[in-house]
Amino acid sequence: MRYLVPLAIFIVLVIFLGVGLKMDPREVPSPLIGKPAPRFSLPQVVDADQAISSEALKGQVSLLNVWASWCASCRQEHPLLLDLARRNVVAIYGLNYKDQREDALAWLAQFGNPYQTSAFDADGKIGIDWGVYGVPETFLIDRQGIIRYKQTGPLTEAIIQEKLLPLIEELQKQGQAS
Amino acid sequence: MKYWFLTLLILLPFAGTGMDVRRFDDAQKQQRYEHLIEELRCLVCQNQSLADSSAPLAQDLRNEVYHIIESGNNDEEAIRFLVQRYGDFVLYRPPFRLSTTLLWLGPFALLIAGVLWLWRLARRRSAMNPVELSAEEQQRLQQLKKEIGP
Repeated sequence: MRYLVPLAIFIVLVIFLGVGLKMDPREVPSPLIGKPAPRFSLPQVVDADQAISSEALKGQVSLLNVWASWCASCRQEHPLLLDLARRNVVAIYGLNYKDQREDALAWLAQFGNPYQTSAFDADGKIGIDWGVYGVPETFLIDRQGIIRYKQTGPLTEAIIQEKLLPLIEELQKQGQAS
Repeated sequence: MKYWFLTLLILLPFAGTGMDVRRFDDAQKQQRYEHLIEELRCLVCQNQSLADSSAPLAQDLRNEVYHIIESGNNDEEAIRFLVQRYGDFVLYRPPFRLSTTLLWLGPFALLIAGVLWLWRLARRRSAMNPVELSAEEQQRLQQLKKEIGP
């Protein structure tokens, strides 16, 4: 009994510290989940005269991927986005964040373009509205324009298979029912 | 020459601290702005405030706060702007909510538990020391005192 209480305290402490070690402090829960996607209207990357607005995302399940040519981990997740686009399960839009247009265009030409279109957010103001703090970030938006999921940092095969695809399927069904 | 070089080396760390200082026409606004950016966390380098950080995002957010204050809004407006987008995490002082009760009250609960534990320990100690001596013991005590002498 004398040793049991300190032992119990020690075990609880170890569990807390263990869980703490597993957590990623860089992952800040977005307050935007469950809320309507912030509106925007921006020129497109491919054509500065053409605008793309948040209205374009409505009525379908869509992904908004925040990317930039200067972002190394964007390159890392890029093949996964291309693959996702090929599978045609969800409409993928890009938000080109604090980039140079020429660099962005060269990047798309070199690595491929998975996006329906990319919005050109040169000064990062729309990024701030979306709570962007580390590119790449990916938002999943339902038909009603509500943000359902956010991934901060590069997508991985595991995240796509285990989280994104099941959620997309669920949201697609929901839309058809109503 | 050598000393010049050394002096320069010593001054080097101060070279980077010349942050972009924002000027307000109103001294009070200036003060509020400087206080606010000290209280808000930079999302990129999470142990720095917006005031300390030189990350591009921190610059942008300082810019936003500057414009909010400059256009005559109050501090709450600026805080709401950031919390809506980035969550309570941007606040160095987390608000009191159901999810933060443990954070706010936990230390006090631990303090009270500690005091209670000490109190119980003290009581048990005093209960363990018998104060009363039996008549026989009293007699022996007196005898011992006599034997040892003054």
